[in-house]
Amino acid sequence: MTIAISIRDLQKTYANGFEALKGISLEVAQGDFFALLGPNGAGKSTTIGVISTLINKSGGAVEVFGRNVDTHVFETKFDLGIVPQEVNFSLFEKVGDIVRTQAGYYGMPRQLAAERTEKYLRKLGLWDKRDERSRSLSGGMKRRLMIARALVHEPRLLILDEPTAGVDIELRRSMWEFLTEINNNGTTIILTTHYLEEAEQLCRNIAIIDEGRIIENTSMKKLLAELDSQTFILDTIDELPESLDFTIDSTPVRRIDEHSLEVTLSAGKDVNEMFSLLDAKGLKIASLRNKTNRLEQLFMSRLNGN
Amino acid sequence: MGFSAMRANHKFIAFETIVIKEIRRFTRIWLQTLVPPAITIGLYFVIFGNLVGRRIGEMDGFQYMEFIVPGLIMMAVIQNSYSNVVSSFFSQKFQRSIEELLVSPVPNYVILTGFAVGGMARGLLVGLVVTIMAMLFTDLQIQHPFITVSVILMTSMVFSLAGFINAVFANSFDDISIIPTFVLTPLIYLGGVFYSVQLLPSFWQVVSSLNPIFYMVNTFRYGILGTSDVDIYWAFLILGVFIVVLYGCCIWLLRHGTGIRN
Ligand SMILES: Nc1ncnc2c1ncn2[C@@H]1O[C@H](COP(=O)(O)OP(=O)(O)O)[C@@H](O)[C@H]1O
Ligand SMILES: [Mg+2]
Repeated sequence: MTIAISIRDLQKTYANGFEALKGISLEVAQGDFFALLGPNGAGKSTTIGVISTLINKSGGAVEVFGRNVDTHVFETKFDLGIVPQEVNFSLFEKVGDIVRTQAGYYGMPRQLAAERTEKYLRKLGLWDKRDERSRSLSGGMKRRLMIARALVHEPRLLILDEPTAGVDIELRRSMWEFLTEINNNGTTIILTTHYLEEAEQLCRNIAIIDEGRIIENTSMKKLLAELDSQTFILDTIDELPESLDFTIDSTPVRRIDEHSLEVTLSAGKDVNEMFSLLDAKGLKIASLRNKTNRLEQLFMSRLNGN
Repeated sequence: MGFSAMRANHKFIAFETIVIKEIRRFTRIWLQTLVPPAITIGLYFVIFGNLVGRRIGEMDGFQYMEFIVPGLIMMAVIQNSYSNVVSSFFSQKFQRSIEELLVSPVPNYVILTGFAVGGMARGLLVGLVVTIMAMLFTDLQIQHPFITVSVILMTSMVFSLAGFINAVFANSFDDISIIPTFVLTPLIYLGGVFYSVQLLPSFWQVVSSLNPIFYMVNTFRYGILGTSDVDIYWAFLILGVFIVVLYGCCIWLLRHGTGIRN
């Protein structure tokens, strides 16, 4: 398996002393569609800034397709395409010129630059706008222009920072389709988002970042299963044995202390089934309470709040 | 094609792209970039050269009009080279479109040389317009073409680089007009554009000799008229040192990401 990007112990302390990244490590395989999910201020844009060398890191290392971005500047930049969160093209330039100029920065001869510009402006529905100044574009078009610009050198890894923030639902769907299509054609994609739904629709793997730390790094499937499950704390009448070696709903039952244990059930599982299983093991239950899921708590308090 | 050949070719295309983009910028806003300097310097010709100049008589053995033409061309080249780089680089920083370059595989020296040559293009274009205007007022004969061309190219380079440094440190649109107003303009006016230093008391002659622009103006005047208040070898040495030192500073600033990479 080829690793598209490997991030090791990335740290960033801004000039004002704020520690935005507190040691982030991630690996994304080639061909993956990966989400970096986190609330506002979590450090998503900072991470992308460091990868693209727009932000000087305070520690750690980034490798793109096995090459260090600090020592192999030339090769790694050819492999990377970045779509930033905020508009960062000149508002006075023409749409076509913006993409063509970027092709020139990547050393494309004039003919090739013109062909690629046409190809990607057409793909993103902006070919008709090629002679217009970029400031006349709508918000969604501006974002598509940044995608065309990031693709003009056909990078193997495309990173998009909140590509659909502030984009209406219809446009969001067509952007999702487009991204899925280029991912199917072999481009590795990483996107940041603060909508779980977006990650769910698009991505196979996900990392959750909060306050400069990765707090979860798993497959989308597992995360959804975890989010859907409920954990109960049960207090028993009798003292529990030293170890409990059985499972309920294929999750091991965990002993907390001599009078309490923890059981996790997936969504829709019958609670009575749990009781009869415990009963069969000779465990009498005195009381039950719900343990809030760490992730669920995070999503409830942060993600929905935004 | 070998990798190093590809790299060389790539760098040239990137350089060309930056220069074309710079030229596109100042020609697009020609009403702000090309017309005002032509009008201002045209007025200098009419007022100082033609009207007042007739009463002044001769300066260093030349008609006053003839005497000030090289200085005024130089003034146009200095101001416009500087101003092009400082406003273009600063506005790219301001709009963050500089990130387009910073995420691309373009080496720092290519970025710098691209901007500098863009600034030279505007400085020299305005210089050419001013020269053509001067030919309407006086019969311009160039005594030493090689010196004339070298000194104008080198001066243009020096002030393009200086404008780049100004833009790197600038945080607001005010910051890009402070140096031109409070440093550049006085140095140009006191750099012997309008008079020969021989008219000055010896103390002020010494002070003038500390002004780098004084050497540039006089060497350019030597190239055109064949007369100078300075030793032209000194002038070329000073220009050479300025280019090397400023270029080095710019590269250092770019490498450290001053003002552009957080
Ligand atoms: N230039 C900066 N100086 C100081 N703090 C910053 C700077 N840029 C971002 N931050 C802070 O770093 C944290 C992470 O920001 P960012 O990476 O933009 O988050 P996200 O993209 O996940 O919303 C935030 O708390 C933000 O306020
Ligand atoms: Mg962000």
